[in-house]
Amino acid sequence: MRRCKLVFECLVFLLFILAGPSARAEETLYDSLGGQQGVQRIAHGLLQRVKSDPRVTDKFENINIEYLEKRFVLRLCAWTGGPCEAKGASMKGIHAELGITDRNFNAVVEDLESSMAEAGTPYHAQNRLLALLAPMHRDIVSK
Amino acid sequence: MRCLTIIALMLLVLGYAAAVRAAETVNLSDNGDLFDSGRLLGTGGVTEVEGQGGGGVVPWALITGYGTRDSIGANGHYSYVYLPNYQLHSFGAATGLFNRVELSYSRTTLDTGATGKALGLGAGYTIRLDTLGMKVKLFGDAIYDQDTWLPQVTAGLQFKANNRGSLLRAIGARGDEGVDGYLAASKLFLSESLLLNATLRMTKANQTGLLGFGGDRLNAYRPQPELSAAYLVTRQIAVGADYRFKPDNLRFAHENNWADVFVAYFFNKHISATLAFVDLGTITIRKNQEGVCASLQIGL
Repeated sequence: MRRCKLVFECLVFLLFILAGPSARAEETLYDSLGGQQGVQRIAHGLLQRVKSDPRVTDKFENINIEYLEKRFVLRLCAWTGGPCEAKGASMKGIHAELGITDRNFNAVVEDLESSMAEAGTPYHAQNRLLALLAPMHRDIVSK
Repeated sequence: MRCLTIIALMLLVLGYAAAVRAAETVNLSDNGDLFDSGRLLGTGGVTEVEGQGGGGVVPWALITGYGTRDSIGANGHYSYVYLPNYQLHSFGAATGLFNRVELSYSRTTLDTGATGKALGLGAGYTIRLDTLGMKVKLFGDAIYDQDTWLPQVTAGLQFKANNRGSLLRAIGARGDEGVDGYLAASKLFLSESLLLNATLRMTKANQTGLLGFGGDRLNAYRPQPELSAAYLVTRQIAVGADYRFKPDNLRFAHENNWADVFVAYFFNKHISATLAFVDLGTITIRKNQEGVCASLQIGL
């Protein structure tokens, strides 16, 4: 009987966590990130960080960070369901010559996590954005 | 027993030799650091009861540690399980090579306490199980492949040796050494902050091998499913549950499936602590072995 109780509790727990996210899935990720202002803060924080992150700083040499930030804001907005249209080269094309490693990619993800935390992005919205960006690993990492 | 230890040592040496060879050909020139801890926090999981990367009692498809595909991760663990009639200690070390191969060693000790006396073995009688683990990632990536349902799939082996051969034969077990093989599939559903894992194990082990391998009721490999779910509450905290089906090979005492619920706290990439409530069912003549498990993992 006690075993049944424990299994039952586990099932209730699973149901609870599975039902949780779908209940608030209606607003776009763009809204959850705090709209245009939120996206701008995240992008700004990220690019400030990667500029001085020893794990990736050499990949940003000779790159106009202000211009990159503008482009990145536009893409973030478009990817997350905001009212923007992102044009331009594919992620694969942009990164092809840079020789990005697995370690470089993860370093930028960590910088993004810190940037989102600083921008006050709720943790589960952070994960939704990471889920959107994670598959780009196969286009960005070339080494 | 001695043979397994030698095989274990040889595999560890071979693993490191392969790692060093591989390190010469990978991207170490590029900000290179063989122990870069480049993967994201929590993506190495914790250490399961047999010493492999996974949840509390289930090995997962994830490769332990934080090594990327260009580097190596390694960690050690100590776990303590307090049960009504037993105590269980486990310590070991594991290494993940290039996010592809994992090698591990663990030693689990079952302290029978007063139950040892009741069984006629003497109070404080202990049974020791050494496990050498290997796993290889076959395909998929549990973390990056967020746009597909394809999980990360890993094949694993556990070579186990028990130090109490004559006792095991007396209770009806057929051997003191055994090998488990499994396929594990893990997937992180990042939008839902949920990690799911399913493992299918072929095994003859009684109580993971603590009571030997095969028995007088059944002496054959049988597939046993093992399931885990973990929910990421914050970047540092995961809560979850495991359920592990087990064979029931011995006539002298029934064996039950195992279940646990856990909370894991990742202080950083080097230290994590796990607290679990475990339900191990009947172990030999003692029923309702529900208790607490505390585990500490320290990594490079």
